[in-house]
Amino acid sequence: MPDVHDENDPRPLPPPGSGHFDYAGNQGLLVEQDTLLEPDPAKREEARSLWGDAWRDLRRRPIFLISAALIVLLLIIAIFPGLFTNANPRQSDLVHNYLRKPDWTDFFGAGWFGYDGQGRSIYARVLYGARASITVGLTVTLAVTLLGGLAGMLAGYFGGWADAVLSRIVDIFFGIPLLLGALVLLNAFTVRTVWTVAFALAFLGWTQIARVMRGAVLTVKQADYVVAGKALGAGTSRLMLRHILPNAIAPVIVVATIALGGYITAEATLSFLGIGLQDPTISWGVDISSAQKVIRTASFVLFFPAAALSLTVLAFIMLGDAVRDALDPKLR
Amino acid sequence: MGSYVLRRVLQMIPVFFGATLLIFLMVYTLPGDPIAAMYGDKAADPATVANLRHKFYLDQPVWKQYLHYMGNVLTLDFGTSFTGRPVSEIMADAFPVTIRLALVAFFFEIVIGLTLGLVSGLKRGSIGDTLVLVLTLVVISIPVFVLGYIAQTVFAINLGWVTATVQDSTDITQLILPGLVLASLSLAYVARLTRTSLGENLRADYIRTATAKGLPRRTIVGRHLLRNSLIPVVTFLGTDLGALMGGAIVTEGIFNIQGVGNILYKAINQKEGPTVVGVVTILVIVYLVASLVVDLLYAVLDPRIRYA
Amino acid sequence: MSSTAVDTGKPARDAPYQGPLLEVRDLHVEFKTRDGLVKAVNGVNYSVSAGETLAVLGESGSGKSVTAQAIMGILDMPPARIPQGEIRYRGQDMLTMDKESRRKIRGQKIAMIFQDALSSLNPVLTVGFQLGEMFRAHHGTSRKEAKAKAIELMDRVRIPAAKERVGDYPHQFSGGMRQRIMIAMALALEPDLIIADEPTTALDVTVQAQVMDLLAELQAEYHMGLILITHDLGVVADVADKIAVMYAGRIVETAPVHDLYARPAHPYTRGLLDSIPRLDQKGQELYAIKGLPPNLLRIPPGCAFNPRCPRAQDICRQEVPKLFQVTGPDGAELTGRQSACFFWKETLDDA
Repeated sequence: MPDVHDENDPRPLPPPGSGHFDYAGNQGLLVEQDTLLEPDPAKREEARSLWGDAWRDLRRRPIFLISAALIVLLLIIAIFPGLFTNANPRQSDLVHNYLRKPDWTDFFGAGWFGYDGQGRSIYARVLYGARASITVGLTVTLAVTLLGGLAGMLAGYFGGWADAVLSRIVDIFFGIPLLLGALVLLNAFTVRTVWTVAFALAFLGWTQIARVMRGAVLTVKQADYVVAGKALGAGTSRLMLRHILPNAIAPVIVVATIALGGYITAEATLSFLGIGLQDPTISWGVDISSAQKVIRTASFVLFFPAAALSLTVLAFIMLGDAVRDALDPKLR
Repeated sequence: MGSYVLRRVLQMIPVFFGATLLIFLMVYTLPGDPIAAMYGDKAADPATVANLRHKFYLDQPVWKQYLHYMGNVLTLDFGTSFTGRPVSEIMADAFPVTIRLALVAFFFEIVIGLTLGLVSGLKRGSIGDTLVLVLTLVVISIPVFVLGYIAQTVFAINLGWVTATVQDSTDITQLILPGLVLASLSLAYVARLTRTSLGENLRADYIRTATAKGLPRRTIVGRHLLRNSLIPVVTFLGTDLGALMGGAIVTEGIFNIQGVGNILYKAINQKEGPTVVGVVTILVIVYLVASLVVDLLYAVLDPRIRYA
Repeated sequence: MSSTAVDTGKPARDAPYQGPLLEVRDLHVEFKTRDGLVKAVNGVNYSVSAGETLAVLGESGSGKSVTAQAIMGILDMPPARIPQGEIRYRGQDMLTMDKESRRKIRGQKIAMIFQDALSSLNPVLTVGFQLGEMFRAHHGTSRKEAKAKAIELMDRVRIPAAKERVGDYPHQFSGGMRQRIMIAMALALEPDLIIADEPTTALDVTVQAQVMDLLAELQAEYHMGLILITHDLGVVADVADKIAVMYAGRIVETAPVHDLYARPAHPYTRGLLDSIPRLDQKGQELYAIKGLPPNLLRIPPGCAFNPRCPRAQDICRQEVPKLFQVTGPDGAELTGRQSACFFWKETLDDA
């Protein structure tokens, strides 16, 4: 009897939220089942741990190495933007710098990427803008993973009414597209910081992880080693933490990594619509939004923050893809 | 099958009320006074404000407001916007526009997404496959609003093939570019999902059986592989039709299309509670109905569900 | 579909070909994996004649299934590769045939029964359709006629109420019934040879016997060759004519079924037989072959079985034993008996 989210239900997770800002839904689920065909001897080798195996595999993937390097660089920029420029991203000089074109000879200088409509260094703004995007992305991902993971674990493990309640709540959130919900929610706040935006996205996004976790726990719960652990008298917390969690977390990690890119996009979109981050926070989304007024005359004002944003999202999605491939034995 | 449909419909009811309540709460109970917002910086006459508050049920407890609102919704009365225009009238103007846009996008999503997915899924590891993977990765990474500007700049401003904004939304040719932009992310998904699904099913035991039966390759692909592989794709497409309408807000903004997204965006900025809740309620209904249709479609396509 | 197929029905069976139906010669199969080259099959030879049952015995990873898939031509290539060997069907090497001729042999001349009938049948098509597909694809039969033939087939494998159930889907049948459908499908075009890959492993013990009996009965009736792949010595004894024991991608012993049971000529076979629980040896400790099957990425030098063999000598660690002809105490060749052990004589004498 497949319920809406029955674990036997072979459908892919429909796109969470609006389907326009989450990248994780469809492919994440595929991690959950792994049936190996008997006759391939390559797969029947000595048992190795999934994680050790995944790590060995990851290190060999150029996609992983490139995206990981990019993310490390982005993190450094986000934490120490001053390392890469002396320019002040908030200093505006309308008299000399209004929409001044990029100066390619000014390597790593204030005028490298040109100046925006308020005479501010675009290069500096691109660097300083990384912090908001990365902070929102990481915070939301961490929050939804903890919150959704916990809820999904409890629902999947205990079943019964806990499961029924969670499933209905997930359904309800599912009916509200992420972007629409965030628009409505954020509108209530007159002052919006990265934390406000992160809260709104986490509030609307945790059900996605809860759903994935619940499915994974339900699958793992039936595994013989869990039943055996139970029969041997392992306590509830021990069963959950030692037996179920390590085996159910893989799909959650994959979905969360890919979703991270989606949250960054969502933040930028909200800021772009004027309902996300605001001054004095420097945000790529806000800069892209203000660039739209001058797009016909000075497209470079739009180009650099847009490229930075896309590159960041790309890095996280590539990382998620690589992790998924490494953790999903079926795709080997 | 009958009981399956009934169960699905019954499951939808609490979800519908829960989702609308959630939206309602977010609009009406969070800080920010909609009446004050109406007047902006102007000082309002306290009596008029009180009168307006009463008129919009804002002086009642929230649960009463919600019940009152839901009572109206069930009679298709979505209330009046602060400007005095019935919300249902505003929506009647905007929805057809968005539906047309969503359908154009949906068309691209199916045609381009499926084609790309089939090309890469059936020839894994080929140049075409790699190209599709890179292309979809890029499309997924570039936010829709950036993609919208790029498309606008290149095709409207530089090449002059189309007008930068949509003048007449009944003219389908004007909706092609916005439709493509709106569809971009979804079609990248459809392509990737199709590819993954084909890959999974190609390894399935029943495909091995079909080969062992000595069926010609086109029969194996056309009859056995596609039929199974497209089930998740079809269900994705179904839910996505609803999602496209909700996601139209950015695309409509860029191309200045007077659809639901635009209405909603303005209403949120002006804290027009009735319009926001009305539009979102309809979008949630569309979404839920789409999910229901998907479930039914799924039962038609997969006998394991039908006879469960 | 291909109504132009040259061989419709049985003409091939009546062709004046005298040799064995199927001959596998020095077959090698390897898989390219991330961890290196997996040598799954390393020079397998066997043959089957019409009406004969060959049991291929071995643990998982011994290459028995891979060999069967190579015969059927359903290996995924890549990652699989056949660097060497021949698979002759009625004297003609199938590995060098063009794809279309090969396809016409599949299902029509050589059919296969898989272990897990549930996953091996297409979940979204009715069993009637999947059975009828055989006739439609190979003989160009009409849809309606194919359905009638499907019902006939289902009757043939004794599925009750075939007429009513022809429109049902695989998941609506029990495990035993599904396996009967697999058998019916393999049988549909009355092939010369059926390869059954662990046909009863997934079934309940009581159902196992029924399905095995049915298979044996139909084989006798149609005078087909049968390759029975199994790891279950119990299944083999009743139905097989001869046995090939595989280990690490090689055949280590071949023998007529009763000879093998009575006097194994390879320590591995001996170990397998000794590890069967016996009622007359109650109270004794059950024998088990020590160690694990070899990693196919790193097959030990010499005889692959040497690390686990109680008889292993230096020569076993250095030289790969070929298949020796086994002779009786009088020096006369024992027909069909071969062993890939340097000490086959000693092993035989011990028995």
